[in-house]
Amino acid sequence: MSESGSMEGSFHLMGGDFTNAGSASSELKAKLVNFGVAQSIVRRAAIAAFEAEMNVIIHAVAGTMHYLITAEALTITVTDMGPGIKDIKQAMKEGFSTAPDWVREMGWGAGMGLPNISKHSDFFKLDTVIGEGTTLEIFFRLKERNADS
Amino acid sequence: MLTVSDVAEKLGLKVVVQGDLSEIVSGCYVSDLLSDVMAHSKERELWITLQTHPNIVAVAVIKGIAALILTNGRNPEPATIIKAETEKMTIMISPHSTFELAGLLYSMIKESRPSQAGPS
Repeated sequence: MSESGSMEGSFHLMGGDFTNAGSASSELKAKLVNFGVAQSIVRRAAIAAFEAEMNVIIHAVAGTMHYLITAEALTITVTDMGPGIKDIKQAMKEGFSTAPDWVREMGWGAGMGLPNISKHSDFFKLDTVIGEGTTLEIFFRLKERNADS
Repeated sequence: MLTVSDVAEKLGLKVVVQGDLSEIVSGCYVSDLLSDVMAHSKERELWITLQTHPNIVAVAVIKGIAALILTNGRNPEPATIIKAETEKMTIMISPHSTFELAGLLYSMIKESRPSQAGPS
């Protein structure tokens, strides 16, 4: 359990790799626990990370999930080579999804991804270029670190 | 207090993958939408679903679900079983429909903690 300093790393994400879906988020969750991040923040971060990971698996060719943990904040940055988001306002609306039918049959693509990320993070930033890809930066304040762990 | 093993025994569930059966069940969540489960399920709840693919295990693990229950006698896919064995996530099968099983479980959980009954 480190009380100071920072930790960072990244995971590769493969578009269409449903078999390993959630692996990056699970590993990140374990790292947060080891770093001593409060349980309540770990839970929220794991949900946001998993949703961001699924967005890459469902929509993009490939991507990376980078994390930076400092004493003050956790930043999860997910960058992908994907189609980009045409209408961010619409994508933020719960229930709106561009996922194909077979993905929806798996129980994904309910249009809850970005809303879930928004709900469970302190704030997030979305940069997208049509035909090139999307970068999602998700922030969590860690001030209350160790408070309930 | 109910354990996963109590639930399995009382409802005649078939345990396909055995994780920690002594885990105490905090409640139950019913959904086939994985993002919904991620957003609304709580730690140590049972999760009733019709989905049989490996992603249910990943979601269950990240949410700290006590056990997965598949309804209508549905079998998990082989890849789901392998992942659940690796992650030590319990998967059980019920011959009941989702509606029937949820009803039975609701009563059982309500009886086990009369003061906290109702949606959690």
